[in-house]
Amino acid sequence: MKRSVGDKIIDAIIVFFMLLVIIAMLYPMWNTLAVSLNDARDSIKGGIYLWPRKWSLYNYQSIFKTDKVFNAFLISVARTIITTILNVFFSGLLAYVLSHREFVLKRFTTVFMLMTMYINAGLIPQYFLYRNLGLNNTFWVYILPAMVGAFNVIVIRTYINSLPPSLAESAKIDGASEMKIYFYVIFPMCLPVLATVALWVAVGAWNDWFTSYIFAPKQSLSTLQYEMMKIISSSMQQGAAQTPDYLQQSKSQQSSMVTPNSLRASMTIVATVPILVVYPFLQKYFVTVNIGSVKE
Amino acid sequence: MATTSLATGRAVPGKPKSNFFEQVKKQKELVLITIPFIVYFFIFNYLPLWGLTMAFQNYKPYRTFWEQEWVGFKHFQKLFTDPAFYRVLRNTLAMSLINLAFSFITAIVFALLLNEIPKQLYGFKRVVQTISYMPHFLSWIIVCGLVSTILSMDDGIINNLLLALGLVKEKIHFLGKPEYFWWIVGFTNVWKSMGWNSIIYLAAITSIDPCLYEAAAIDGYGRFGRMWHITLPGIKSTIIVLLIMNAGWILNAGFEIQFILGSNGLVLDVSETIDIYVLKKGFAGTAGSGFAFGTAAGMFKTVCSAAILLICNKVSGWLGEERLV
Repeated sequence: MKRSVGDKIIDAIIVFFMLLVIIAMLYPMWNTLAVSLNDARDSIKGGIYLWPRKWSLYNYQSIFKTDKVFNAFLISVARTIITTILNVFFSGLLAYVLSHREFVLKRFTTVFMLMTMYINAGLIPQYFLYRNLGLNNTFWVYILPAMVGAFNVIVIRTYINSLPPSLAESAKIDGASEMKIYFYVIFPMCLPVLATVALWVAVGAWNDWFTSYIFAPKQSLSTLQYEMMKIISSSMQQGAAQTPDYLQQSKSQQSSMVTPNSLRASMTIVATVPILVVYPFLQKYFVTVNIGSVKE
Repeated sequence: MATTSLATGRAVPGKPKSNFFEQVKKQKELVLITIPFIVYFFIFNYLPLWGLTMAFQNYKPYRTFWEQEWVGFKHFQKLFTDPAFYRVLRNTLAMSLINLAFSFITAIVFALLLNEIPKQLYGFKRVVQTISYMPHFLSWIIVCGLVSTILSMDDGIINNLLLALGLVKEKIHFLGKPEYFWWIVGFTNVWKSMGWNSIIYLAAITSIDPCLYEAAAIDGYGRFGRMWHITLPGIKSTIIVLLIMNAGWILNAGFEIQFILGSNGLVLDVSETIDIYVLKKGFAGTAGSGFAFGTAAGMFKTVCSAAILLICNKVSGWLGEERLV
């Protein structure tokens, strides 16, 4: 199709609009990064937008020096890695089992599992369940309830069903057990979909603070997101009492090396970067899996 | 071995079906793998349903189940006569509708415009897409932190911009004004999910037959004519299915953003949703005195949600679209 002058003007407008979108999406994080890398006492003067004025890594040093944050970081990493591995493995296993079209329990298991997406006893019965199971205030409360996801199973099963069945069949004829077929044949073939599911699970586990808030408020089990939540809520509550005059006053009174704002900025970066580093690599899988899940 | 093929357990046509137990025996490996999963789902998803009995009791944690006092619908009566309950219901519905409208329209428009980026700028399109998905992966906590920074009275960019452009005379305390709260939640939702939600429309657009565009161009339709008469009708069914299914989640207006941005006390009247109400009532009071009431409030929400979902699913079926459940 030929492009007229009018078309070119429209193109220019669209490109301009998209640039605005990029700026709107990137600016808040970019600004936070700049503030986190700027000297805290210098930041109080304001006016840090895109670039640090006085470079300093002190904000990062000071948050990692506190045991609280470092411990929370370790808990976050541990729960994310363990949950992701277990969830992907078990969701994939159940998906493989349910991909057998003649399996006797297929219908029952599928319905029993899908129902879990729609029924929900609510927060307090859940709290009691975890308490009765002895999960509250233990590391297990991060792991056990998140070992299989119904939605993940459906997505993986759809993918397995689209694979040619001949490989699994020939392995079966060679006498391989179902577990072996899953592990050596199905698992490697499903890597694209498993990577996507892994990303969902990992993002969910990393970003979750509510589990800590309700079920594991103990400091030694705190996660990075929960620490963030505490910092932000307390700053919100202080904010309620603030008037502009009060702000002016507090500016001159600041004398410590780190300020709440700088601390918050560097915590934000630490709590975000691990996710942002991984996701562009997995982006190419999103579209296929999204469509697959909707058709289901 | 008579009815299923050796290899996959798939049916061999023309043979009679054996009975249930024979099949179980034959597929015992699969059955053995499945049982732990059934037990798992039972414990973590079905067992808590038993806890719903609390909603009908004057629950005291130190009593056993048999010693509890049954009070019928007392907690529900209390719920329906609580003015705060109607307030949180209003907030939930208002924020849900704003979110639904905003995120739908923006995602569709964004997908249409992305699709209109000329082919020569393919790299640019990829960059825009990658960046627009990014906020989806940030946690609500982080997003709330960013929003409060941007809207801050103390050197927040929005206030600075408004001042510099002369649109306002003095800084606005955005997060402290009830009249702004719902819209801030709406815009934040757009920021966080517009790119991600557009993926599905983009995918639907790529499945439209390119011949249609050529035919429309020959018929003299311009850019917008083609968008309106080809692209939009092409993704109509996707839009309808997603709209109906999202309407099913109307009682889930979100929890985290209201909980955190609303925690400053100035906007509580407009920020609290049903989920926050359940949380606060449930864990209120000493020695678990709020558990029963909180359970009742949560149960109300679950039952209504399930009913709405079923209706939406039915409607989707009537319209001849694929059912999602």
